[in-house]
Amino acid sequence: MVDFYFQLHPVIQAVLKGLAVILVIFPLGGICSMAERKVSAWIQGRPGPNRAIVPWIAWIPFVGTFLQRLGLFHVMADGGKMLFKEDALPGGVNKFYFILAPIVAMIPALTTVTTVPFGAYLDGHGAVIPLGLANVDIGLLAVFAVSSLGVYSLILAGWASNSKYPFLGGVRASAQLISYELSMTLSVIPVFLWINAPGTEGTMSLAKTVEFQSQPGFWGGAWFIFIMPVSAFIFLVSLFAETNRQPFDMPESEADLVGGFHTEYGAFKWGLFFVAEYAHMIIGSGVFTLLFLGGWNPLPWISLADLIGWLNGITGAAWIIHPLFVGLLSIGIFLGKVVFGIFFFMWVRWTVPRFRYDQVMELGWKKLLPLAIANLLVYAIGIAVITK
Amino acid sequence: MSVKIVERKPLTLAERTYIPQIVGGLKTTWKHLVRPKETMEYPEQRPAIPPRYRGVPTLVRDPHGREKCVSCQLCEFVCPPKAIRITPGEIPPDSATAHVEKGPQAFDIDMLRCIYCGMCEEVCPEEAIVLQNQFSMSGYSRDEMINHKDRLYELGGTLPDKHLKWDKKKAAEEHGNAH
Repeated sequence: MVDFYFQLHPVIQAVLKGLAVILVIFPLGGICSMAERKVSAWIQGRPGPNRAIVPWIAWIPFVGTFLQRLGLFHVMADGGKMLFKEDALPGGVNKFYFILAPIVAMIPALTTVTTVPFGAYLDGHGAVIPLGLANVDIGLLAVFAVSSLGVYSLILAGWASNSKYPFLGGVRASAQLISYELSMTLSVIPVFLWINAPGTEGTMSLAKTVEFQSQPGFWGGAWFIFIMPVSAFIFLVSLFAETNRQPFDMPESEADLVGGFHTEYGAFKWGLFFVAEYAHMIIGSGVFTLLFLGGWNPLPWISLADLIGWLNGITGAAWIIHPLFVGLLSIGIFLGKVVFGIFFFMWVRWTVPRFRYDQVMELGWKKLLPLAIANLLVYAIGIAVITK
Repeated sequence: MSVKIVERKPLTLAERTYIPQIVGGLKTTWKHLVRPKETMEYPEQRPAIPPRYRGVPTLVRDPHGREKCVSCQLCEFVCPPKAIRITPGEIPPDSATAHVEKGPQAFDIDMLRCIYCGMCEEVCPEEAIVLQNQFSMSGYSRDEMINHKDRLYELGGTLPDKHLKWDKKKAAEEHGNAH
């Protein structure tokens, strides 16, 4: 099976990988929207959507009821509704760009996934090999470069709608993304300064970041959130702003802009915007996990290789070091952290009220940016002193 | 009235970063997250109906099965949205309750008009119209939302009656002292 895959033409391999991305990210986006509804409901003291059920699944005792209570079938109902409802095209819009905008929203969302490693396995010599679609060396730079293209879709949508509220939403989106992009990029520089110590091979790879966090010893095994809490904080805040989540929900602040940039959108095009937003959230929390939360390492100071070694020592079973088991375990650990990240996004949504637009700008330019620069300077000097 | 001047302290550094406040807020929302849910899942769970609840107005019978309404039309007159329409009729002389003389020939309550104020119940001298526990009404047409007499009695059923005044009146008449 594996050999057959590697015998295929590289183009066909790439197409298969691309299809895998679409098949994983699309349903994940749907599930995230349901998770959002459920978490929102729980925080508000409601059970949330729990009625839809497919009859033949309702016949399964316990499991059927459990899935129904979980609202899993509402995902399908929502998706079906979004797909089949009338896709209205308002009269005054610029049709080409209006239709282009949701497509442009999807492209960075689906492209960035390819550069994010999501797991690892041990090869025959015990070395950790990261799992990812494209394990490129520019890693994080690629993520930043492509994901910031997402703002074009918001601007396009806002402008092509030929309506005032979407236009304001688009303008706000562009201003906000530019402001926070700066502090976000500055906040991760200390991480890469620390990894790329003088004399080592330079890299921006996310997999290398995780590798760096799984070294033995106190400083080697510490996750970057412990070594660089300020960086992690700035990155997290910027992440909220970049993904247009509350409290930085400026582009679509329902209270003052009706629906913001997607006011004029409906049906599947609207759905695409949302899948793109959730994909950004997934990737954002994935990148945060890789950079600051140790990626697929189960606990701080305990790396994946240690865990596998212990499990192998306790049970002595051969299947524990099998690449398939290790790969699935590491993906599970990584996804667990990502899911917690997404939950954190939703949790914050119901905790912190939306900022006013001028407050967003002030926070971005007058607080976070100087903080990020100061943080960078402190760490640059510190790292220079430590590594000589 | 004394004036209390509230001292406005400048915010501390920790307060200006918002972080302790946000952490406190996260704690609060977490508490709400794990708390039992408030929602009553309606069709399966029903609310407890308190006594003297004002639900759908109904007509009731007394324990002997006599319809209590004597079609005096007071409720029709008092009804603020004019939801009640009564056509009075005579009780046939061969009936066991002929001494009551009058009963409704038709009694319609338009539930699209009814405002559930309970004035009909308050004004009724016979305690014949009662707002009972049913709180949800639905229908596919306007006609379906008009409760006719048979439907009103079906909804109302029989309620206990301490006085049975018409029986007393009949007994008094038979003994020769009608009042």
